[in-house]
Parts: sequence; structure tokens; C-alpha cells
Amino acid sequence: MLRDAWAVFAKDLRIEAKTRVGLWQVLPFAVIALVTFAFALGPGKSALSAAAAGMCWVGVAFSSVLVVGRSQGIEREHGVRTAQRLAGIDPAGVFLGKTGAVAVQLAVIEAVLGAGAVGLLGYHVHRLWLLLAASVLATIGLAAVGTIYGALTGAARARETLLPMLVLPIVIPVLIAGVRCWQAASVASGPRFGVWLSVLGAFAVIYVAAGVVLYGQIEEVQ
Amino acid sequence: MPGRLEGVEAVDVVQVVALDGGFPVLAGVDFSAPRGSVTAVLGSNGAGKTSLLRTLAGLTSVASGTGQVLGVSVARPERGLVGRVGLLGHDTGCYEDLSPAANLRFLSRILRADPRRADAVLARVGLTGRLGTTAMAELSAGQRRRGALAQLVLRAPELWLLDEPHASLDGDGRALVDSVMEDAASQGMTVVFTSHDPAGAARVADQVCTMAGGVVTDRQDGDRRGPHAA
Repeated sequence: MLRDAWAVFAKDLRIEAKTRVGLWQVLPFAVIALVTFAFALGPGKSALSAAAAGMCWVGVAFSSVLVVGRSQGIEREHGVRTAQRLAGIDPAGVFLGKTGAVAVQLAVIEAVLGAGAVGLLGYHVHRLWLLLAASVLATIGLAAVGTIYGALTGAARARETLLPMLVLPIVIPVLIAGVRCWQAASVASGPRFGVWLSVLGAFAVIYVAAGVVLYGQIEEVQ
Repeated sequence: MPGRLEGVEAVDVVQVVALDGGFPVLAGVDFSAPRGSVTAVLGSNGAGKTSLLRTLAGLTSVASGTGQVLGVSVARPERGLVGRVGLLGHDTGCYEDLSPAANLRFLSRILRADPRRADAVLARVGLTGRLGTTAMAELSAGQRRRGALAQLVLRAPELWLLDEPHASLDGDGRALVDSVMEDAASQGMTVVFTSHDPAGAARVADQVCTMAGGVVTDRQDGDRRGPHAA
């Protein structure tokens, strides 16, 4: 399983490196979303600073739908999924590899949006470890959920609209917990964050486990 | 090849009715193919040729009928055919953003095969030099077909199912497909392919079946004389 996962992970990132869809389309979308939110909130520095974490995570959640759509699209086109199924690739390995590749791309988006929040919105980082821990767990959760639902909606005709309709409501706990953790990371001490970090960890573990177990059956149905 | 039994039918199905989205695509097919043989399936568009191949690959649900494919029940193949059957359809089955070489390297990792074998396979299908390292999407239809064929050659499954493998190919390409099928059969693998060219198909096949309306309507000997010929 892990060898297949590594092969899929490396292949997906190789395709992204060649096509640069994420770099030229998804990343600009995320930045535009952040800037649009900033314009909507107005020039008040304190309002922007207070909303920075939320703006970043909403941008990441929206971007995750695009990244997942692309990730599933390359499997769906030209009969690749059928060919690999017949070749005997481990579905759990496919899930882990694709989740990993999606997570890497989301991490890049988070880094850019985080830098934008610091540079443009006045967001301060006081507890970097908390920010990083929350980001890693939230990213894994978002990537796992997206990959599961991306495969589920793969055969649907209206998959482009179905995917965000299904994924965005499910990742609301990740958004809330991610925002709370980032807000806690922006002050030296204060808000309790343990429970939110636990939510992110539980979400990631549950959906990764579900994907490993169910991904083969999902592909079979599709 | 291990597990191959001389003289035993690789495929032997009786009165198979298959459904695709509730629509009957096979209406009671009787079909058999000995191990190590090459079988051509002819028929007009919509006759059920592609559906037959997809059913033998375990990709289409069987509503009724009996028989086996590589010893696995045709009615309930589940995962019994995974890794043992290769299907070359109208799609390439390749990542179009990657080159044929990169596609084969990826497949080699999945199969735990020697990555150096990928180079030999590329040479076998005539995708050497720059053709091997150009993205599939940038190749011609015939070259992409060769790239797809390379995946099957690398996998070397027990049962090869090729849906109009000569389509989009020039004379050299057609000869290549014929020789690849001949090589596979001579090594004990079983080949079933569809075609719209009766004379060309008969030349390379042990048997030629004709389909119409989702059933096999005729079966004749081909010109090839495989290991089971009298």
C-alpha cells in the first residue's frame, strides 16, 4: 500500500510540476479571494487583523475544491482509472498518495495566504508551533475529505458543482477549529486551543482511516 | 508463464446477458477462447464487441449466464481478475500530461517491475528517443496508441482484450500490433481483439467470431495456427 501511495504521490506532483495548474490558476484564485475579502471588510486595520485567520481558511477551503477537482480529473480522463484498476493498484495506496499530493499543494497555498495575512492584514504570529501544528492537521483533514468526495462525485455529470456542495459543509469543523487555532497563535497567551487542536486531529484521523478503508469500494461503484 | 494450463479454455462463457446502466448490451453470448490463442471479434458498430471485452474484463455487470474467465466466475468476478486482465480500449489508459516513458515508469513501480524493462518495451513499440519523452497529449493518435499498447506489453497479463487495436495506426503500426499479439499468444497469453477488417483479422487470428445484436452469430477458423490447432 505504501509503495503504491508513494508512486501516486510522486506522479501527481510530477504532473503538477509539468502543468503548473495549481501555480497559475489555483494559487492566484486563493490570493484574489483573500484580497477580495480584505476589500469587503474595508481599510480598518484592526478589523482586517481580527478577520485574517478566517479569511485565510475560507480561501484555503475554496481552493481545496479546485485542487481536488484537478487531482481527480487526471485519474478520470482517458480511461486511466480503469487501466489502473485492472493493473491491480492498491486503492488505499491511491487514496493516500492523492491525499498527500493534495495536502502538499494546499500547504503551499496556506503558506502564501499566511504570508499575505501577515504582510497585508496585520496578522501577527506569536506561537509559530501552534500555527504549524494546526495547519498540518487541518491540511490533512481537508485533503482526505476532498479526495474521498472527489472520488464519490467523479462519475456524476454535475461533479464540478456537486463537489463543493458536498465538501464545504463537511469541512466546517476544520474551518472553525483552524481559525480558532490561528487566532490563538496570534497572541502570546490567552485563548484555549487544546480542544480545537483535538478537533483537527480527530477529523484528520477519521477521514484518513475512512479513505483507506472505503476508497476501493468507492472506485468500484464509480 | 506460471499458472497457465495448456489445452484449457482461458475464456468459456455461455448465454451471458450483461447490463450497462440497466440497458442490455449482451443478449446471451456464447464465447470461448483457448489459452495461448488469438481470437478476432468482428461486427458492425453497436454489435456488442466492446461490451463483450468489458464483460470479460469484469467491468460490466452480468445479469445472467454462466462460465469462467481465467477460472473466475464471469457472473461474480469481484477482484479475481485484477492484475490478470489487460484492456486496451479506445482510451489510452495513460496520463496525458506525462510521456510514455514516465507512464511506464509509474506502472513499473506499481507492478514492482524492473524499471529498465520500460526502456525495452518502449523500443518494442517504436517510441524511442524524443517520442518516448514527449507528453502523450502532444503525440499523434497513432503514437498515443503505441504508448497505450506499451502499457499492456509491460504488464503482460494472462488475458489481453484489445478494442480495435489497429485504429489510428499506419501500416507499420498495424504490423506492430499484429506481432505484439502474436508474441503474447506464443508465450501462452490469450488475446481477444475486435476489428472492422475481416481479412486482416483472420490473418492473425486462430478463430474469428462475428457478433450482431449482442450475441455471437458466427465462428470460423482463422489463418493463424496456434498451439491448439489440429
